Amino acid sequence: MSKKLKKRLTRIIICLAAFILIKILEEGLHVFDTGYGPYCMLASYLIVYIAISYDIIKNAALNTIRGSMLDENFLMVIASVGAFFIGSYSEGVAVMLFYQIGEWFQSYAVGKSRASIKELMDIRPDYAVVLRDGTESEVDPDEVSVGEIIVVKPGEKIPLDGIITEGISSLDTKALTGESLPRDVVAGNEVISGCINSNGLLHIEVTKEFSESTVTKILELVESATDKKAESENFISRFARYYTPAVVGAAVLLAVIPSLITGNWLTWIYRALSFLVISCPCALVISIPLSFFGGIGGAGRQGILVKGSSYLEQLDKAEIIAMDKTGTLTKGVFGVDSIHCIAQDISKDQLLKIAATAESYSSHPIATSLVNEYLSRTGQNAEELKSHIDNISELAGHGIEAVIDGIGYYIGNDDLMSDKGIVVNNLPDDATSVEVGTIVYIADHNRILGCILLSDIVKEDAADAIKGIKAAGVKRIVMLTGDRKATAEAVAARIGINEYHSDLLPADKVDIVEQLIADRSADGKLIFVGDGINDAPVLARADIGIAMGGLGSDAAIEAADIVIMTDEPAKIAKAIQISRRTLRIVKENIVFAIGVKLLILLLAAVGFASMWAAVFADVGVAFIAILNAMRALKTD
Amino acid sequence: MNKLFILEDLDCAHCAEKIQNDVAEIAGVISSKCTLLTQKLKLELADDADVAAIVKEVKSIVNKYEPDVTVIEK
Repeated sequence: MSKKLKKRLTRIIICLAAFILIKILEEGLHVFDTGYGPYCMLASYLIVYIAISYDIIKNAALNTIRGSMLDENFLMVIASVGAFFIGSYSEGVAVMLFYQIGEWFQSYAVGKSRASIKELMDIRPDYAVVLRDGTESEVDPDEVSVGEIIVVKPGEKIPLDGIITEGISSLDTKALTGESLPRDVVAGNEVISGCINSNGLLHIEVTKEFSESTVTKILELVESATDKKAESENFISRFARYYTPAVVGAAVLLAVIPSLITGNWLTWIYRALSFLVISCPCALVISIPLSFFGGIGGAGRQGILVKGSSYLEQLDKAEIIAMDKTGTLTKGVFGVDSIHCIAQDISKDQLLKIAATAESYSSHPIATSLVNEYLSRTGQNAEELKSHIDNISELAGHGIEAVIDGIGYYIGNDDLMSDKGIVVNNLPDDATSVEVGTIVYIADHNRILGCILLSDIVKEDAADAIKGIKAAGVKRIVMLTGDRKATAEAVAARIGINEYHSDLLPADKVDIVEQLIADRSADGKLIFVGDGINDAPVLARADIGIAMGGLGSDAAIEAADIVIMTDEPAKIAKAIQISRRTLRIVKENIVFAIGVKLLILLLAAVGFASMWAAVFADVGVAFIAILNAMRALKTD
Repeated sequence: MNKLFILEDLDCAHCAEKIQNDVAEIAGVISSKCTLLTQKLKLELADDADVAAIVKEVKSIVNKYEPDVTVIEK
């Protein structure tokens, strides 16, 4: 809470206490009933009134002089002064007192939300330590140029995007992705700004200026997120524009016409003053953007960056989702899919060990994935593997011939096998029909031992993601891929997608998305999810473009409307849920705030609602609507 | 040319909108964007705009709607 806010709170509490005290003296103890009592009462209420409202009166007077009537200060002054004139002193004070409480609460709520955006913005680095002429100096991240080496100590933020030249560490990417597992990095790895270096000392060669770096891009995106207003926000602004003058007009009519007919001026003026109290559209005007902001902030904490309230609003109407396969539903890198033993006397683990050992010196992607698979299964390190090798020779384009613990092996493709006279037989059926990219055969010098299938691995959460998207009410899910039909079919079946299009060129994807847009209903929205690298035109064409794995990909951040910072497709369903929830809160607030105000207006017109009810309709409703809006921040 | 102001203690949503609309009317201002939640007023100015005069005008507009707000030039 800021100092200013604290001061205002103290003032409100003191005035409220004084007000209650006077009210008790008046109605409970009847001390003002005789003699000069009524004058004392008026004087006491006036003192509290002035103490609580001097600033509002001042603003109202200034704005009236400047010619902008009908602002909320002015309306509140008229309502409260009017109440004094017709003898409703306590109502007059209450109007101002509760108006101030409402204003205070608004400031508090906005400050609270702002604090949560600050948390999100906590990724901004304050300084960079740059290595110049052998000495380290601390400079503003802005002053570092591409190609310079920066030094990042454990616990520090990585200030600029770059490539590690020296050091091993693990990075905490939680602030960027919401992912709590640390990411291990070594020399040669690309790192992005905003991550926190957890343990090792890193030397990083800068590859992007600060203004182009990931952290700056993300911050710009978050800051401008509230610029793109949702339809319901625009509705509220339009509503507010007409609501206040309309209510004020009605109040004037209500004060004059019935009074002329009945001659009962006091009653009708009282009712008209109640109208003025309800005339401020604050509750709506503040709570709707606050709800969207909460939703965007909450999504941000889950690693889902939404570029504007309007996208959050449209996501709620998702009807068809088209998804790219590679990089979105699959990892886009080769991994071990399955291991098949052909010889009777060998186990899968042994096969993998032979292959991994033989490939342990190679830097080929397939070799790397074999080695990684083995190391992650057994927890051994690469040095241990290498120690088993007695002799090794690489046969370019075919594979490897290796001697491991005294036994000779061939590891490679079918060309290698036929060159060496190895007969490949008894292959399991699914080894040939499966969605493979590559088959690696393993043989000793006499016979085939088995084979390992490598394919583009389907992400762990892909099937769950599809289930979640279906559960969120999306009617149609279509997978698009440039891959062969067999591959597409196998992946689609595995994760539960019925509709897919294969063998697509990038331009074909745009055509299909156009077709899908034509297919959807007028209200529904088409979402395209891609990895953002080669999908930019499709991302732009879809109603909402969602880019996966935004980390490090500029194209994704620019072309998409929503960026999922982690690689998890499950976040798509999460984003839809957040959108649903936010929209529900927005609708609740619109219906509740307008409903209560109209109801109280009606009741006040016929004399059933006192000015107290009017104060509730104004401040109470704002209070509840803001509390409700702040729920949107919670997304877990 | 862009110009950024921080409106410290801005916490009223429709004041933000009024400020944005009024500021957009100032001569030399092409567009203005006032964001309540970041307390930022972003202006796009014409190349030949009189910056000093615009700054003065912005301050007086902000002061009119929200006297408690401190305008900080960036």
